Amino acid sequence: MKLTLKIWRQKDANDKGRLETYQLDNVSEHMSFLEMMDVLNEQLIAEGQVPVAFDHDCREGICGMCSMHINGEPHGPDRGVTTCQLHMRKFKDGDTIYVEPFRAKGFPIIKDLVVDRSAFDRIQHAGGFVSVNTSGNTQDANAIPIPKDDADKAFDAATCIGCGACVAACKNASAMLFVSAKVSQFALLPQGKVEAKRRVINMVEQMDKEGFGNCSNTGACEVECPKGISLENIARMNREYLKATILSE
Amino acid sequence: MSNSALLNSSIAKKWWMALTGLFLCLFLVGHLLGNLQLIFIHGEEGKRAFNEYAYFMTHNPFIKVLSYVTYFSILFHAIDGLVLTFKNKKARPKNYAYNKPGTNSSLPSRYMAVLGTAILVFIVLHMASFWGKMHYTAMPLHTVNVENTEFYLTQTEGSYIPVVDFEQNDLGEAKFWIKDGTEFYTTRGEIKLGEGYKDLHSLVFAYFGHDKMEEANLPANKNALIAVIIYVVAMLVLAFHLWHGFASGFQTLGVNHSRYNSFIKGFGKFFAIVVPLAFAIIPIMIFMNK
Repeated sequence: MKLTLKIWRQKDANDKGRLETYQLDNVSEHMSFLEMMDVLNEQLIAEGQVPVAFDHDCREGICGMCSMHINGEPHGPDRGVTTCQLHMRKFKDGDTIYVEPFRAKGFPIIKDLVVDRSAFDRIQHAGGFVSVNTSGNTQDANAIPIPKDDADKAFDAATCIGCGACVAACKNASAMLFVSAKVSQFALLPQGKVEAKRRVINMVEQMDKEGFGNCSNTGACEVECPKGISLENIARMNREYLKATILSE
Repeated sequence: MSNSALLNSSIAKKWWMALTGLFLCLFLVGHLLGNLQLIFIHGEEGKRAFNEYAYFMTHNPFIKVLSYVTYFSILFHAIDGLVLTFKNKKARPKNYAYNKPGTNSSLPSRYMAVLGTAILVFIVLHMASFWGKMHYTAMPLHTVNVENTEFYLTQTEGSYIPVVDFEQNDLGEAKFWIKDGTEFYTTRGEIKLGEGYKDLHSLVFAYFGHDKMEEANLPANKNALIAVIIYVVAMLVLAFHLWHGFASGFQTLGVNHSRYNSFIKGFGKFFAIVVPLAFAIIPIMIFMNK
């Protein structure tokens, strides 16, 4: 395959940045998108140019590092995949591919396609945990009966890998799908009930502080989420938040 | 409770959008039922029914409270929406050079603010045309023609006062006079004879181009076609706004359950088509039947 790549290049956070055009020949359709980027970088290094900086880690769709906005969609045109799981067979010979970083106030650009997603960590730190006494005689989690439906829903929410595709896809750069997945994961289980009120209030407060937008229920996040996190979680977070604001002290 | 949570947090702002929006959906139903009298009840009976209804809607204390809630909802929905829109724009300071939002979301859902602003402009225009005139101008009063004599209809059952009695003679004197737009008084003695009805029915018919004197006692609006087109376009915009807004309101309030989702979404789309369509038919019919 021969491809024309239009890639966002930005030296650092203060640089204005611009789209640069690169030609790439001999791209195999069996390559993943990241492998194609590796080939491009090898070519750039051979030509004495600065390679394109991009995030990647596990390359098996579970770490959520690969944050690319490809041809107008986070993680590209395929559904339910991260960028490393996107294969070049999704593109045609002669295609022009636009690659940009995830864009949001809450995700400042570090360099080229690399964005700082530590805002998600701070939201998680604000309440996305269960305080467990680790005295050595912790109760076996399986000893607490949990309805299968609740366990399944909690597990579905817990599959969120925090990649930020929801923010990247949302026209408001809203992080509500991520935050709601983290809130739901605990809200559905008895272990999470103890800190439920504090958790949702603190996490939403942190989310607002980080400068993410509001949800206007366009549903773009759900479509683009590599893990298929459902909008149902946002509704649950809204309910949890209502309960917490009215009932907490 | 963190004291700002019910007003300032992103989720609370959305609740207020949803609550005021869904309340305005109820208002639309009420407003539509009132308007439908314009085309379903014909002739003298229709005119009387509509003007009595207009009187009720401007004088009943319960309706008064409801109307203030409605004004508040419209303003709050608009202002809150504006605040949210600006905040959302700020959340993405730099847009994508290449973006394909059509692949993951519907068009109306992405243009709620634009659609809403257009609706707000229409509401201002609409209120200036009818509500403003009804409340703040000297409106023509409801008259009945019996055997070629014009009578004012009064609120006392079966009581009519000849219009001639209000006309001044050569000396500038008249038998009766009208106080505060609708109250009939004797010139001397200040005895209240009754209260008339503002003729909103004729105003509406004239506004949308009706020029038959028995239907409308006002000259027909020369720009009626433009008025009808603006109205129909506004209803189209409203339809798109409701297409996303109705179900979206429920989602924001946390009403999301696999058993009811398809009903809420389906009903929302039904509502978004039927209500604006029914509204739009009224001025079209008035214009066509002139």
